[in-house]
Amino acid sequence: MSDGPGGKESRTGQNGPTENGREPGRTYDQATYAVSDDENEPLLTEKRSDTVEPGDALPDDLTRDDLTLPNPEEPELARHYTRLSQMNWSVESGPYPLGSCTMKYNPPVTEDVAADPNGAVHPDRSADSIQGTLGLLAGLQDYLARIGGMDAVSLQPPAGAAGEFTGIAVARAYHRANGDDRSEVLIPSSAHGTNFATAALAGYDVVELPSAEDGRVDMEALEAAVSEDTAALMLTNPNTVGLFERDIEAVADVVHDAGGLLYYDGANLNALLGRARPGDMGFDIMHYNVHKTFATPHGGGGPGAGPVGVTEELAPFLPNPRVEATDSGYELVESDEAIENVHGFQGNWLVLVKAYAYIARLGDSGLRDASAKAVLNANYLAEQIDLDVPYGPFHHEFAATAGDAAAADVAKRMLDFGVHPPTTNWPEMVPEAMLTEPTEIESKQSLDDLAAAFNNALGSSEDERHDAPSRTTAKRIDQTSAAREPRLSWQALEE
Amino acid sequence: MSFDTPDDRKYLASHEWATTDEPTRIGISDFAQDELGDVVFVELPDEGDSVSHDEPFGVVESIKAVSDLYAPVSGEVVAVNEALHDQPELVNEDPYGDGWLLEIELDDESEFEELMDADEYADQIA
Repeated sequence: MSDGPGGKESRTGQNGPTENGREPGRTYDQATYAVSDDENEPLLTEKRSDTVEPGDALPDDLTRDDLTLPNPEEPELARHYTRLSQMNWSVESGPYPLGSCTMKYNPPVTEDVAADPNGAVHPDRSADSIQGTLGLLAGLQDYLARIGGMDAVSLQPPAGAAGEFTGIAVARAYHRANGDDRSEVLIPSSAHGTNFATAALAGYDVVELPSAEDGRVDMEALEAAVSEDTAALMLTNPNTVGLFERDIEAVADVVHDAGGLLYYDGANLNALLGRARPGDMGFDIMHYNVHKTFATPHGGGGPGAGPVGVTEELAPFLPNPRVEATDSGYELVESDEAIENVHGFQGNWLVLVKAYAYIARLGDSGLRDASAKAVLNANYLAEQIDLDVPYGPFHHEFAATAGDAAAADVAKRMLDFGVHPPTTNWPEMVPEAMLTEPTEIESKQSLDDLAAAFNNALGSSEDERHDAPSRTTAKRIDQTSAAREPRLSWQALEE
Repeated sequence: MSFDTPDDRKYLASHEWATTDEPTRIGISDFAQDELGDVVFVELPDEGDSVSHDEPFGVVESIKAVSDLYAPVSGEVVAVNEALHDQPELVNEDPYGDGWLLEIELDDESEFEELMDADEYADQIA
């Protein structure tokens, strides 16, 4: 393309708007929202920019002489962001079955509740002036405790991984308070990567447990690994290939007999909602991924929440403060034995409001229905696809294998059939794994679409898979170059 | 698919090799590099460090996975393949040659008896 009216040169600077820098009468492809393969939506700065002078509010040596800022007209700005959103994929576009990530639809009713201006109170206000706020927090602590079978809950951790860290820090504080400085945390090899990171960050040595033939905890390996150095065993149940740990009570006994604690990774709580509770299985500590189980937005680096529940004897070690209901109203209470704070105040309040609203909206029967449909949908989908699922019976997710095909290529090809692919190449116990979790939100029709995408992608030629995706705005990412020669700043584009 | 298993070296079950002639070099097998896919980063010990038979000494990272590297035989590191810092792809392109990882001063030659020869290793990956 020449540097004519649509050329890059004329898009910036003070030359005024240039119809998005494009030739009039261009061909438009609604499927990709792109004008052509090599021209996608321009950067905002390329649409229209103006140069401004910073003024004299600050000393000259602290300011630039001038500054070029994007300055599109408002409709142009609205269209820019809408177009970018159309080039993206979301659970509101179609199925998004990332196993273990649980990409659940977030009902806007929870946003409406969180947007209520009555909820915008400063956390430093006196407890008697924010009884409604504290009541909601106490209510959520109570909901989560009852759902997990725990005695006390802290809402403070700002994400799932932060919740894990908080939980293991509580275990460490508990052991130390007993004069018992243990050094190891046991983790199954198939566990989520955050478990290993959590234990290491908390200063523990990680002891990796192999899985048994059937994909569950290997009791012999567990018995061989536990000792008086064992601070905790971290487990998720159902596990990362969707299998229920049938021997969970025996596992709990082995760990408890050695003086260790049992930690529940709440990533897979969706399968259990309203049916079974980690606390009843013998777990002492757990975290809740409210973005997975209770439909708050996935953080993506933004505000999240990862509340932690514990048994009564661990409650004094939870971070301060917690909310308690008393005869004279709700109060903030502190414990002398609490671990240090992991976030400010009560954590990310508006995320917690959304979790509360979701649980309240579904109620007991709705939560039971969610877990039933999550398991039913996963099992129906697995029946419709041509891929083998080596481990079963599974619950809310399953690890299919792409067999002789590369899982990553099948996944990329699935994009061409209008769905998001599952998690690939994890867990490692399944070769060419495609960890699939449709969640309870999908209808039979969309599960059939998803199954067709799986089967069409597997049935495509190796070349088609290798070159996929071909029908999306963004084509195949060169992961190898991205890892070997990372260019981490937009300024690298100009190099 | 068949993979190269040269017989001038011996193999560990976890897919690392060590040359039987001096200098003793350590690397990963053709099968291992294929399983890993494009290698993007290799973390190795420094010269003067010790490595121990069947113990982790470093990490290889590909676009698919991060894996520990195990030493087939024990010894002191006398050279590290510095080229891998800028060209980790050498591990994929030439796993038995330019993609070597370490050169070591061997502690105990008898440790080779615990390793697989080329035929045994070829059977393992068949």
